Amino acid sequence: MTTSLPTAAPGSAEPAGRTPAASTRAASGTTTSKRRERRLPHTPLNPRPSIPLTLVAGLVLVYTLLPLAWLVVNATKDQNGLLDSFGLWFADDTHFWDNIGRTLTYDDGVFVRWLLNTLLYVTAGAGGATVLAVLGGYALATYDFPGRRAVFAVVLGAVAVPGTALAVPTFLMFSNMGLTNTPWAVIIPSLISPFGLYLMWVFAAEAVPTELLEAARIDGSGELRTFFTIALPLLMPGTVTVLLFSMVATWNNYFLPLIMIKDPDWYPLTLGLNAWNAQAQTAGGQAVFDLIITGSLLTIVPIVAVFLLLQRYWQSGLAAGSVKE
Amino acid sequence: MGWGFAGPFVAVFGLVFLAPIGYALYLSLFQDRLIGGTSFVGLDNYGKALTDPRFWEGLTRVGLFLLVQVPVMLGIALFAALAIDSGRLYGKTFFRVAIFLPYAVPAVVASLIWGFMYGTQFGLVGNINDAFGVTLPNPLSPSLVLASIGNIVTWEFVGYNMLIFYSALKVVPRSLYEAAAIDGAGEWRVVTAIKLPAIRSALVIATIFSIIGSFQLFNEPSILQKLAPNAITSDFTPNVYTYSLSFSGQQHNYAATVAIVMGVLTAIIAYAVQLRGMRKG
Repeated sequence: MTTSLPTAAPGSAEPAGRTPAASTRAASGTTTSKRRERRLPHTPLNPRPSIPLTLVAGLVLVYTLLPLAWLVVNATKDQNGLLDSFGLWFADDTHFWDNIGRTLTYDDGVFVRWLLNTLLYVTAGAGGATVLAVLGGYALATYDFPGRRAVFAVVLGAVAVPGTALAVPTFLMFSNMGLTNTPWAVIIPSLISPFGLYLMWVFAAEAVPTELLEAARIDGSGELRTFFTIALPLLMPGTVTVLLFSMVATWNNYFLPLIMIKDPDWYPLTLGLNAWNAQAQTAGGQAVFDLIITGSLLTIVPIVAVFLLLQRYWQSGLAAGSVKE
Repeated sequence: MGWGFAGPFVAVFGLVFLAPIGYALYLSLFQDRLIGGTSFVGLDNYGKALTDPRFWEGLTRVGLFLLVQVPVMLGIALFAALAIDSGRLYGKTFFRVAIFLPYAVPAVVASLIWGFMYGTQFGLVGNINDAFGVTLPNPLSPSLVLASIGNIVTWEFVGYNMLIFYSALKVVPRSLYEAAAIDGAGEWRVVTAIKLPAIRSALVIATIFSIIGSFQLFNEPSILQKLAPNAITSDFTPNVYTYSLSFSGQQHNYAATVAIVMGVLTAIIAYAVQLRGMRKG
């Protein structure tokens, strides 16, 4: 599935009229109110935790964590261990570090090359997508310019166009322009995130009061200076959210590089792992299942780490996007 | 000045969204024959697509996928969101983060992990067969592979949808629950009478995204194809079909036509769901 869009559960086309001050206050107030709640008696609004409900919900937890546990456990096994030992428990001997070393050095260190390519695509693609979305969202939220409504309608309409419907014509266009098989073919299409634009528009409408911009203008501040010194700091939480979701989308991208890149030297990690798997399944090809499994683990560790570290941002960013009815 | 800020987005958007759509429409009106070269054929390609059994086979398959997988996934996601929001779970932050985690896992890695686990060689299915001396049905066989893909997609997106629902639940005014408690409404009543109606638009949005995603189904079958070459054909889904038409068959004009037909179908169904979802209120 290629739906890798950050959604904010947009309920209506109009942004909620919450002020940034109120949302920061609400965010910073969570921890204190939690502490206060503990001392209060259990009420319908603050119910006692339920063991049966926790157990049933625990089934969902087991479901989501089981494959990840399988991946970690099996990244410690060599080819023999994979075949001889039970999948959810460790083999007699551990090959974890050995596996990582072999993954990084196999085939002249091609995995490292793929990792660097992925970093390039993520930095340029997701970074660029965030810049464009922040500028565009800010413009839609704070300026009334001719064609503003049209821009918004066209971009939202484009969300319904399946990304893969664009793939063939984009490939042919880029092929005519001599861009296929170069990093540009992956970076340029990654620069557009309609949902990033939508999220920034909603966020900017809430977070940047027009009076503040008016005041800056009266004080003689230019439009660019106003944007960088006043608007940008207020837009930070939304910006981090958009950056995070664009990073996941680019880091995990498979379809776009699959059609655009034929040269393994320009593969991102996802295509590289896919190529190793294809090799392992081919008769006569070297079976490198241990490397595929360790490589998969190495591929998800950075992105999962970023997500966990920036939790506060994506959760508050998404919450800011959801709309009261 | 507004254009100064919006300009870069609009320019790149034109290049990677509008131009390809225009180009696809143009391509779909021509045919490239070995003898005679490229010629204008009007709507012939569309006629061919609408009567192409391989296209219909893939479309029927994603239709079936959609009818089963989307309700199951959204049901689990809704249950998880309501459970976390109810405040009756031990360790609710852990629940929220852990259930969302698979969203950060690339489709390639998710398909490889599940694909290996499905395997009889060193997968869990093989382990269970050995341990209990049974022969479980092979999840990668032609009759089960669609369900196995459905499971992978559910795993990948259940947390994402949970988060959409949870974000919507968080902004429901707490005073409503207070009033309901005073009226003596039980927890289940609060869910059906207050929470579900309050997050209806989030439910509609999640349904639309899941429908679009199902119609675009490509990554998981494309990756599993190496593990189950006999079960996943080159016309398994409309997108797999478009891909193989274009990149193995060099039939770019026809591939563009199939892609447009799929795009139009997706937009119509997404729009219908939206109309219906909003009208109910």
